[in-house]
Amino acid sequence: MTAFKLAYRNLIGAGLRTWLNVFVLSLVYILIIWFYGLLDGWNRQAKRDMINWETGTGQYWQKNYDPYDPFTLNDSHDKIPAEVKDDINKGLITPILISQASIYPEGRIQGALLKGIDPGQTILELPTEKLAIEMEEIPAIIGTVMAKTNKLEEGDYVTVRWRDVNGTFDAAEARIVGIFKTFVPSVDAGQLWIPLERLQEMKQMQGEATIMVCGNNYTSETIDGWNFTGLDILMKEIEDIIATKSKGGSILYIFLMLLAMLAVFDTQVLSIFRRQREIGTYMAMGMTRGQVVRLFTIEGAMHAVLAALLGAVYGIPLLSLQAIKGFAIPGDSGSYGLAMADTIYPVYSIGLIVATILIVLITTTIVSYLPARKIAKMNPTEAIKGKLQ
Amino acid sequence: MENSHIVTIAGLVKRYPMGKSYFTALNGISLTFDTGEFTGVIGPSGSGKTTLLNIIGSLDSPSEGSADVLGKSIGLLSHKQAAQLRKKNMGFIFQTYNLLPVYTVFENVEFPLLLLKMNATERKKAVLDALEWVGITDKIKSKPAQLSGGECQRVAIARAMVKKPELVLADEPTANLDAANSHHILQTMAKLNEDLKTTFIFATHDDKVIKYLKRKISLEDGKVVSDETML
Repeated sequence: MTAFKLAYRNLIGAGLRTWLNVFVLSLVYILIIWFYGLLDGWNRQAKRDMINWETGTGQYWQKNYDPYDPFTLNDSHDKIPAEVKDDINKGLITPILISQASIYPEGRIQGALLKGIDPGQTILELPTEKLAIEMEEIPAIIGTVMAKTNKLEEGDYVTVRWRDVNGTFDAAEARIVGIFKTFVPSVDAGQLWIPLERLQEMKQMQGEATIMVCGNNYTSETIDGWNFTGLDILMKEIEDIIATKSKGGSILYIFLMLLAMLAVFDTQVLSIFRRQREIGTYMAMGMTRGQVVRLFTIEGAMHAVLAALLGAVYGIPLLSLQAIKGFAIPGDSGSYGLAMADTIYPVYSIGLIVATILIVLITTTIVSYLPARKIAKMNPTEAIKGKLQ
Repeated sequence: MENSHIVTIAGLVKRYPMGKSYFTALNGISLTFDTGEFTGVIGPSGSGKTTLLNIIGSLDSPSEGSADVLGKSIGLLSHKQAAQLRKKNMGFIFQTYNLLPVYTVFENVEFPLLLLKMNATERKKAVLDALEWVGITDKIKSKPAQLSGGECQRVAIARAMVKKPELVLADEPTANLDAANSHHILQTMAKLNEDLKTTFIFATHDDKVIKYLKRKISLEDGKVVSDETML
C-alpha cells in the first residue's frame, strides 16, 4: 500500500506531465471501446436484421439448393413435406419458391430472382400482406435498392419472363404493389417477391418450394430430401466480414496502443534520467532497489488507472450519447452489399470494457517496468549526487 | 565501554576501479564512534570524507577491513539488510538537501515514517514534532521549490530526525548555506544531539561547522591525520 500511496503522490505531484500522459491513455481507452463497440453494434444489428428479414432462426434447403451456385436453382424444388404442413399452418415455418427470371423495366432486360412467399406469413418482416391481392397482373413487392436500380415505383408495371418446370418460356406483367426498406440487401437487390401460389402456378410446381424458413418457436427435425441449415452457417458470411473488420480494427488498436505506450515509456525513461537524485534519496532512506523499481513501475502503471478514471469522466457521457444517437454510416450503405443500417448503434459490453482496461493496464505496467529495471543497477552513492549512470 | 561504540572501523580500505588500475579513496582507516558523539570528519575535497560516510551509512561497502555499524558488519550485509539498517537506524542529511520535489514539507518529513509503516496518527504527531524541533511548522504545506536554502536544509534535518535514529550522517550540510543559516542549522543539530542523544557524524570542510564539533577527525589522501576531542 505504501508503494501505491507514494506512486500516487509522485504522479499527482508531477502535474501537467502526468495529466498529458493520462489524457493520451484515456483517449486510447475511449477510441478502442468506441471502435469495438461500433463493430459489436453492427454485428448485432446485422444478425438481428438478417434473422428478421432473411434467415429466420434456420432454414430447410431442398437438397439440390446451393445459394452460391445459380445453376442449381432449376433443380432446387420439391414438394413441401407433409410433416411440416401443420407447422406452416401454425405460422412456425414458411416455404419459399425461388426461380430465375428476366424483367424488362423501361424496355431493358435485367436478370432477377422471383421469390414466391405466402402473403400471410409472419416469420419474416417482408410486407408480404401487400401480396394478398387479387389481380390479373402478378402482384410484386420489391426493396428500395431494386426499385432504385430499375427505376420502379409503386404502381409501376414490369414485364417478367420465366421458364416453367418443362423449360418453356412464359411472360406476364407484374405490378409493383409495395416497396420496402430493408438493411438486408440479399432480400432486396435483383428480387421480386410474389405470392407463393402464383409462382407455383407460373412454374407448374404446385405445392413445391425451394427453401423453408423457420420461425422462433420451431424445433428442427430431419426431413428426407431437405437439409436443415442453422444460423451458424447462415450467419457465417456476416461473421466473416465482422471478423475481417475486427482484424482491421486490430491495426488501429495496435497503433493507438503503440502511441500511448511510447508516451509512457518516454516518460519513464525521462523520469529515471531526471530523478536519479531522488532515487538515491529513496535508497538512503531505506528503500531497497527492488522497492524503488516497484515504485516507478507502479507510477507508470497508475497512468493507466488514472486514464481509466479520466476516460470515464468524459467517455461515459460521450459513448452513451453515441449509443443513443447512433453512428450514421456515410453514403448509401445498402450499396455495400452488407447488412448495414444507415445508423449503427454501438454496444459496449462489460467484457469489452474490462478487457480493454486490463490490456491497457497490463501493457502499461510492462512498458513502465522495462526502463525501471535500470534502477536496480544504479549505485546509490552516485545517484544521491544526481550523477548520470 | 566497548558497548558504547556505535561505529567501529578497522583497517578500512576503499578502492575504486579507474581504467586498468585503482584509485584508493580510503587507506587503512581505524576509528570508533561512540553513542551521542557530534563528530566532524574534516578534510579537503578528495580526502575520502564522503566515502567514509557512505560506508558508515551502508550505501557502499569496504574493499578491505571492516566497518561495524550498530552491531552490523557493513561488508557482510545484503542490499536488503543494508536498506533495513538505514530505514530503521539512520538519518541522512545532504549538501543539496535531496528533498523530494513534488512532496510538501509535511510529506517529505513523513516519508521515512511511511517506510516504517507507522500509523497515521503517530506519524502526524512525529512529523509535527520534528518540524517543531527545526522551527518550520509554518511551512508544512509548502513545496521545496517555495523554500529558501536554509529552510530546505531544516526540512532535511527534520526528515533525518523524525524517526529518532541512533545515527545521523550529514555530508557537507552547510556547504550551500550562508553564514546565518549555517549557524542556525548547526545550533539545531547540536540541540538535537543534546536532547535526543543522537550520534551525528559530519563530513565537512566548512570552518563554521568546526566550532560546534565535539570531536574533529582530519583526513588527507584517505588517511586519518588527526583525531582531536574538542574541549
